[in-house]
Amino acid sequence: MVTISQIWLVPGFPLLGFILNGFLGKRFGPNFVSFVGPLAIGMAFAQSLILFFQMLEDKDNVLKEHLYTWISSGNFEASINFSVDQLSGLYLLIITGVGFLIHVYSVGYMRGESGYYRYFAYLNLFVFFMLLLVLGDNFLLMFVGWEGVGLCSYLLIGYYYEKNSSAEAAKKAFLFNRVGDFGMLSAVLLIFLSFGSIEFAKVNAEASTSLTESGLMVTAITLLLFLGATGKSAQIPLFVWLPDAMEGPTPVSALIHAATMVTAGLYMVARLSPLFIMAPFTMNLIAIVGATTAILAATIAITQTDIKRVLAYSTVSQLGYMFLAMGVGAFGAGIFHVMTHAFFKALLFLGSGSVILAIHHEQDMRKMGGLKQKLPITYLTMLLGTMAISGIPFFSGFFSKDEILWKSFSSPFGSTWLWIVGFLTAGMTAFYMFRMMYLTFHGVSRLDSHVAENVRESPLSMTLPLVILAALATIGGFFGVPHVFHLIPNGMEVYFQDFFAEIPTVNVNVSTEWSLMILSVIFAIFAWFLASRIYHSGFEIANGLRSKWEWAYQLTLNKLYFDEFYNLLIIQPARLISIHILWGLFDQNVIDRTVNASVTVTRSLGNSVRPLQNGLIQNYALIFTLGTFLILWYMM
Amino acid sequence: MIPIEHILLLSALLFMIGVLGVMLRRNVIVIFMSIELMLNAVNLSFVTFARSMDSMTGIVFIFFIIVVAAAEAVVGLSIILSIYRTRKTLNIDDFKLLKW
Amino acid sequence: MLITFYTFAVLSVLGAVGVLFLRNPIHCALSLVGTFFCLGAIYVMLNAEFVAVIQVLVYAGAIMVLFLFVLMLLSSKDAEKYENKWTLGKIAAGILSLGIFLQIARLFTANELQLGSKGVYPLEIVEEVGSIVLIGRLLFTDYILSFEIIAILLLVAVIGAVVIAKRRFH
Repeated sequence: MVTISQIWLVPGFPLLGFILNGFLGKRFGPNFVSFVGPLAIGMAFAQSLILFFQMLEDKDNVLKEHLYTWISSGNFEASINFSVDQLSGLYLLIITGVGFLIHVYSVGYMRGESGYYRYFAYLNLFVFFMLLLVLGDNFLLMFVGWEGVGLCSYLLIGYYYEKNSSAEAAKKAFLFNRVGDFGMLSAVLLIFLSFGSIEFAKVNAEASTSLTESGLMVTAITLLLFLGATGKSAQIPLFVWLPDAMEGPTPVSALIHAATMVTAGLYMVARLSPLFIMAPFTMNLIAIVGATTAILAATIAITQTDIKRVLAYSTVSQLGYMFLAMGVGAFGAGIFHVMTHAFFKALLFLGSGSVILAIHHEQDMRKMGGLKQKLPITYLTMLLGTMAISGIPFFSGFFSKDEILWKSFSSPFGSTWLWIVGFLTAGMTAFYMFRMMYLTFHGVSRLDSHVAENVRESPLSMTLPLVILAALATIGGFFGVPHVFHLIPNGMEVYFQDFFAEIPTVNVNVSTEWSLMILSVIFAIFAWFLASRIYHSGFEIANGLRSKWEWAYQLTLNKLYFDEFYNLLIIQPARLISIHILWGLFDQNVIDRTVNASVTVTRSLGNSVRPLQNGLIQNYALIFTLGTFLILWYMM
Repeated sequence: MIPIEHILLLSALLFMIGVLGVMLRRNVIVIFMSIELMLNAVNLSFVTFARSMDSMTGIVFIFFIIVVAAAEAVVGLSIILSIYRTRKTLNIDDFKLLKW
Repeated sequence: MLITFYTFAVLSVLGAVGVLFLRNPIHCALSLVGTFFCLGAIYVMLNAEFVAVIQVLVYAGAIMVLFLFVLMLLSSKDAEKYENKWTLGKIAAGILSLGIFLQIARLFTANELQLGSKGVYPLEIVEEVGSIVLIGRLLFTDYILSFEIIAILLLVAVIGAVVIAKRRFH
């Protein structure tokens, strides 16, 4: 049956939303914007559902649509083609579904803010670019989306542009993204050199034949691609922009920095799995970087006092998990974790936004506490999200994280050390997440008195998305139950059958898998217990512990001094070089002198030639004669 | 017969003296007279060539040259008269408005 | 024959040099008249009688008289004060004109000078028919357009001279 898929509608609706909100939003007022913004994403979600089921019916599980031949020059051709396959179909649902919920939430959260229409316009534009990113079937279109989401991230982080810290954070995000983009563009160039084409289908099909395994070219390509991914998905060394990005409004943090943009790097690695398989060195590096990022970010998160910072470092840490999965070849598991992470991390961010709004934009956890009774829905949903992220059994995070841990132990690319790092990180994740919960909701209230009187649960527009996301975070994991449970088939594996590159599975030792799983569950529950003991009544016990480990506390509180390190290593030298060499030496001396010299030369030439025209007729006659003489001489 | 080269050399010599007169003399009217001298030198060479090539065209051309020289002298002298009325000088160094 | 030519040649050169060096402009004019007469004589020696007569009538008779008129009309007493400073410009002028003379001379004494086709009026026909007849015939048939144009040119010159030189009546 020929199905006419209108794939272009999916990015088309958000684009229309952007245009309407951006140009007419100011005139028609907040009600118009509140209606158009979420509706655009809602329509996109509906169309994504339709496309998803169409795609499943298709025998190759792929829908394609050709819109426009953009560049056709010699051998190089790049068109605007959309393709929906298993990977992009799943991403479509995540982006539009979670995006829709966040849009609805934003209606309540951003009520009364100035620039309301601007917010929704940018948010719609962001969704548009993200959809372009996942729908494109060649590198160029993906890169357009890639850059576009970076732009919208900049615009939205700097939403409160009058605040200096917001502007600085937006700049920082964009610049670090840019470093990654450089890597990605270089990789695209190399890919074109090697394959003669930049279409994903072609590159994936010919990866094993066109490139030598573990060769220099494929390693270079994959390393550069990974560099791009580290920039966009906040891994070491380019993760420092993500915590600063919390300057933006909380729904922005939920959408961009938890659910969608930061997963773009993972999308790219997953999309090119046949290519990455060919470079074991890069795979190892990805796994190591992912694991290291995970554990380092977790250590930083333990001591943070800003509730959004905790969640930001948690995002960095969870992204590290996902890259760990990619690095050991468990592409399906990584994407599964993308999905579950989108659910619970968006939930956690939106919940924290609800808390922040309720206590009048206070984000410091030292001024929270005892909010359990006053914000019941928020508390309950956030509790579910915390249990999901900590890997408590049968929540969604448990299944996906466990799959990753198992694969990092058992895959031929994995190792025991990777499993140990992941295991420790899981424990720390549980610890700091429950710490956050206890400090925010339990114990004695540390709120300012005048704030404490007005704490009220958030409106329906905010709590409804929280409830929906909590439901997804709780039961979403049953989509990918591992085999060992023998309950239901692993939906993830069935869904992604034959999609990713195959890696040879080694030991499928069932008992090992069970024991590792039980070990991590025990550790998570122990971490929960520890956190409750220390933080159930606020900071006093923690402060007592702190005095013994002051150096460690300072180290993690100050983000492991990454920012200071970068400042010293890169920024200050660049500044000094710019001031003294580029400006002092080159700009002032060479360029200015050249320009001034050209002026001086012209002026002196003019001065020297001008006396020739002195008005004396006999001088003119003399020059006539000279000319005649020369002409005669030349002609003779 | 008279050797052609000698007459032509005479013509060239008269031309050169005319050029020198234009460049060296200060009185405007004398400069004009030098220009007439140059024209005459050219006339001489025309006649010489016409006679040696058995052609009457050259002589007709001399006719035209003389007419043009006359017209030019008339107009030029009237201009000098007009300038003299305001400036009261015939020194060519005083006519130097044609400058930057 | 040759001696007469050389005599008139030397006289004409002397007259020209006189234009160059004489102080009083009226003397220069008279010297130039002398040159014109000598040139007329040379024209006669070249069997171009009509031209000789026209030369004397128009050039020496009309144009130079005009010059003399203007000279006497304008009191040019102070025109001589600035003469004869042998500056660099004058030396350069001398050298340049000498160079031009040498070049033209080289041209005129070249071997391949008269390579064109000969005309159709050799000396015998000219002497038989008369140069005036021949000139008139050419002037009014082959060169009639030029003839008309210089007639208009003369008219324009006369009107122009009158307009430029007249006093402005207020």
